[in-house]
Amino acid sequence: MSQNVSERTRIKSERYESGVIPYAKMGYWDANYAVKATDLLALFRITPQPGVDPVEAAAAVAGESSTATWTVVWTDLLTACDIYRAKAFRVDPVPSAPDQFFAYVAYEGDLFEEGSLANMTASIIGNVFGFKAVKALRLEDMRIPHSYLKTFQGPATGVVVERERLDTFGRPLLGATVKPKLGLSGKNYGRVVFEGLKGGLDFLKDDENINSQPFMRWRERFLYCIEGINRAAAATGEVKGSYLNMTAGNNDELITRGEFAKELGSVIVMIDLVIGYTAIQTAAIWARANHMILHLHRAGNSTYARQKNHGINFRVICKWMRMAGVDHIHAGTVVGKLEGDPLMIQGFYDTLLKTKLAIDLPKGIFFDMDWASLRKCLPVASGGIHCGQMHQLLNYLGDDVVLQFGGGTIGHPDGIQAGATANRVALEAMVLARNEGRNYIEEGPQILRDTAKMCGPLQTALDLWKDISFNYASTDTADFADTPTANV
Amino acid sequence: MRITQGAFSFLPDLTDEQIVKQVEFAMSNGWAINIEWTDDPHPRNCYWDMWGLPLFDCQDSSAVMYELNECRKLNPEGYIKVQAFDATIGCESCVLSFIVNRPASEPGFFLARTEGPGRIQRYAISSYSVNAKPSGCRY
Repeated sequence: MSQNVSERTRIKSERYESGVIPYAKMGYWDANYAVKATDLLALFRITPQPGVDPVEAAAAVAGESSTATWTVVWTDLLTACDIYRAKAFRVDPVPSAPDQFFAYVAYEGDLFEEGSLANMTASIIGNVFGFKAVKALRLEDMRIPHSYLKTFQGPATGVVVERERLDTFGRPLLGATVKPKLGLSGKNYGRVVFEGLKGGLDFLKDDENINSQPFMRWRERFLYCIEGINRAAAATGEVKGSYLNMTAGNNDELITRGEFAKELGSVIVMIDLVIGYTAIQTAAIWARANHMILHLHRAGNSTYARQKNHGINFRVICKWMRMAGVDHIHAGTVVGKLEGDPLMIQGFYDTLLKTKLAIDLPKGIFFDMDWASLRKCLPVASGGIHCGQMHQLLNYLGDDVVLQFGGGTIGHPDGIQAGATANRVALEAMVLARNEGRNYIEEGPQILRDTAKMCGPLQTALDLWKDISFNYASTDTADFADTPTANV
Repeated sequence: MRITQGAFSFLPDLTDEQIVKQVEFAMSNGWAINIEWTDDPHPRNCYWDMWGLPLFDCQDSSAVMYELNECRKLNPEGYIKVQAFDATIGCESCVLSFIVNRPASEPGFFLARTEGPGRIQRYAISSYSVNAKPSGCRY
């Protein structure tokens, strides 16, 4: 027997001998793993470095996003380590991308703190995206189990309650973002809110980067917006709102701004995605406690959501934000100026609005998932859309959406009210025609032209924007589409 | 002014033929139709008077039109709306609502203000017609 205590007590098992062994051999790969109903599942698109076996790359992703580090540690043996190890259990080649693989990974539910998006994401996307063994990595989809979803509040208000509060049923909601985004004084800003709401919109909206700058401090903006909202409500007999952006440099200030919006009688407030997951959850809990609809602007998402081989698919952000508790989220327009393949956008809308998701590969939905009665989150379509596209918008996006025409309202030659009226009339005419069973997609342009005969502002808008479309190929497209889908 | 609550108030008043098509659309979706009327169209008045119960299981648009016309006879100058209700899980709420009758003259709403500290104003919306007369003879 050795005289040296270190040698005598050194761990002899092949698995736990110090050193570096493949992740797949560390227990992070199990082709026969039986998925539990309480497991979180993640689907990663992996582009392994040349020469790296896809199974080993998948195991490495599972390891780095759960318990592993680069080398064997004996302290694993102080834990029920086999349970805590995430398991990659399936690797499929990506159709038409020979260097990429879809890896399915299962995570034990106890790896994650209840009701904490920050904790869950710190594991799933924490370190692993910078991992050298993969050239690129994208989180494509997640299955959040019923048990974990039940630890989240979900949307503070939800689509159903929002509609009941607004008393608006059976048509998409209409909005517009105040333009120019920056530089207006409070008084001029409130003018845009008043004009748009009086003309027929349900909401106006602060832009993502309007907070409290030298040209307009936030209290000034809130006070003038509320004046515009109330004037417009009295002029139309409708409930109106304007998303007051309460984004601020720290959480206390954010809540201070929300409290002021509440005191003034606003029905809705707004935050930006860049405030971070913890701040978003804080805002959502505040919003439910204070009867406020919570709008989220997805500022920053395209930095990681757009490219197909690396980052986070936006449908995952949709799931996280529905869990975090926002009521509105920008989710694409199909026909506007921003990125958006029609099938992908429909997948985002399904993710936000359905009570249960079923696997739908053309739409990029990889998992069956029951939303555990979390409320529905209303998608917002904003960016380069105008009333001449109303039939396409209604067809692609359906009724449960906020259609936001910023330039398409404020850019109207006859003024903001005229722009708002053109949008509202076009929308109502198209919903009426659809409900009547007309082939509104084919007949859409004619329906709009006929309607414009009794609505001058609509005629002007149709003439002005008739040739505007944004025909660029999408970067984020379906992997399983039967036929390639095009932007329209 | 023209009160623009409901899904189609920016269009010319719907004809009975147009109303029938909307009702049939709702029925084809399995939604129950109900008729409500009021002479207090305040934007936050969410309880208009019900014209009977929602027509659950009704598949005949002429039955709806009969009730609508009966309601019109009693309230020729009232606001009447047709609503559709969807009882499926995850919704369980109204899914279509549009005005089908309105008074010839709509005086609109007065916006009252109370000055508060720090430039805050308290707003109250009230209807000229409701303020002027009791229920039953407002329009």
